[in-house]
Amino acid sequence: MAGSNPNAKPMNLTLNVWRQPNRDAQGQIVEYKVKDISPDMSFLEMLDVLNEDLLHQGQDPVAFDHDCREGICGSCDLFINGRSHGPEKGTTTCQLHMRKFSDGDTITIEPWRAHAFPVNKDLSVDRSAFDRIIQAGGYVNVNTGGAPDGNEIPIPKDIADRAFEAATCIGCGACVAACKNASAMLFVSAKVSQLALLPQGQVERKTRVENMVAQMDIEGFGACTNIGSCAAECPVGISLENIAMLNREFLAAKATSNNLA
Amino acid sequence: MSWFTKTFTSSIGRKIIMSITGLFLCSFLVIHLVGNLQLFKHDNGAAFNIYSHFMGTNPIIRTIEWVLVLGFGFHIYEAIALTGKNKKARGTGYVVNHSEQNSEWTSRNMGLLGTVILVFLIVHLYNFFWRARFGELDPDINNNDDLYTLVVSSFQQWWYVALYVLAQVSLGYHLWHGFRSAFQTLGLNHRKYTPVIKAVGYGFAVIVSATFAAMPLYFFLGLDKIQ
Ligand code: HEM
Ligand code: SF4
Ligand code: FES
Repeated sequence: MAGSNPNAKPMNLTLNVWRQPNRDAQGQIVEYKVKDISPDMSFLEMLDVLNEDLLHQGQDPVAFDHDCREGICGSCDLFINGRSHGPEKGTTTCQLHMRKFSDGDTITIEPWRAHAFPVNKDLSVDRSAFDRIIQAGGYVNVNTGGAPDGNEIPIPKDIADRAFEAATCIGCGACVAACKNASAMLFVSAKVSQLALLPQGQVERKTRVENMVAQMDIEGFGACTNIGSCAAECPVGISLENIAMLNREFLAAKATSNNLA
Repeated sequence: MSWFTKTFTSSIGRKIIMSITGLFLCSFLVIHLVGNLQLFKHDNGAAFNIYSHFMGTNPIIRTIEWVLVLGFGFHIYEAIALTGKNKKARGTGYVVNHSEQNSEWTSRNMGLLGTVILVFLIVHLYNFFWRARFGELDPDINNNDDLYTLVVSSFQQWWYVALYVLAQVSLGYHLWHGFRSAFQTLGLNHRKYTPVIKAVGYGFAVIVSATFAAMPLYFFLGLDKIQ
């Protein structure tokens, strides 16, 4: 295989995996052994091996979320050895490689834990609370008609860069999972900052932040205590400056919007 | 709900109250600390008793005292409300959680540290404030209530000194995180000023808690008797 290390020895691992048959059932940690894992495999490929073994043994495979497997969709929500997406900084689970582990390691794999993210089954989590927060205000309205000339709305490079940085949030929920308070502030702040910085976001600017924060509270996410574990675990490096901006936007909107309710 | 109650019962609104009251309490600490430095004077407490007489009788101070009560009240109320909400937001905890690899201990234990401060506060208020305001203290040479003698005798008891030192360590950690956190909550984060705010916060936390802790230790170790 191109780029693989011919000297890398296959590994044998012990996995402690959270198993839970459905939403309402009691879950528990179950121990499994996997053999001959190549260090070049991704973490999800290692789980594929486990599931194939389980299928061959006539057992129920472990449910886990994944989609793109290239670090852009944000589906692969696994809490690995006490960290969101495992020990490697700035990576999703699908981009985490087994070479970060050693032969004989025991790896504990749990689902994201948040009241607002109920466990569907095993490691698969329902993150639709994030969708509802976006639906509450994380959008811009665009007039129909001919496409406008892109150069007609000038945006200074500095502002465009900051908005783009905020826009890189993939909605993975690693911030919520890592936060002691299961707070969604980093996620919400990324979208609010991105759209508040851009001219296209101005129309709904105040209502957006009011509604997104209200939805965040309705979903039952916690309140930020500025711990910073969210930003430390975020795979794309959304920074805490966005949360400060969210707080500013929120206060300014509450003080000046026309919404009395 | 009106927009106003909605604002201040939202998670961000509650945090704003936390941060404003927290910074207000920091300003109180400065006044309290500077005043208490009179304890280190070798005058058998004359200056300290004049100061405490002034604080106990001046109408402006007595009015601000109520603002202070409100500041503590709101800070503690919001602390309980937010800590409860945040516990519920996690729900089931993790079997393995290495949060020490992504954050500081102090920032994760503000509720615990605050509770230690609260216990201290109750004991402290009963022993000094309550007895100075409503109790019978003997007069000193200037005919002021002799709070100084009560302070000195209290600080001869090892458990009392231990409680004070523990509380000050907790306060130090509370402020280590709390000072800079309050600015972040208020949205005051800027790459030019945030490093300065952090540095000032760390200095503030260490100096305030260490100086407060020095007071009981000073009397317990008999340093006031060295001329
Ligand atoms: C002189 C005493 C105190 C001072 C100067 C103080 C100061 C502060 C400051 C500056 C913050 C940061 C606010 C923010 O993050 O926006 C804070 C947070 C906090 N304080 Fe205090 N505090 C004091 C007493 C207490 C007490 C008695 C309690 C508990 C009953 C308490 C509980 C908390 C909690 C739980 C937080 C974190 C809340 C959050 O970040 O959401 N504090 N404090
Ligand atoms: S802020 Fe970072 S950790 Fe949170 S959802 Fe977005 S990409 Fe994931
Ligand atoms: S599976 Fe899409 S980011 Fe990991």
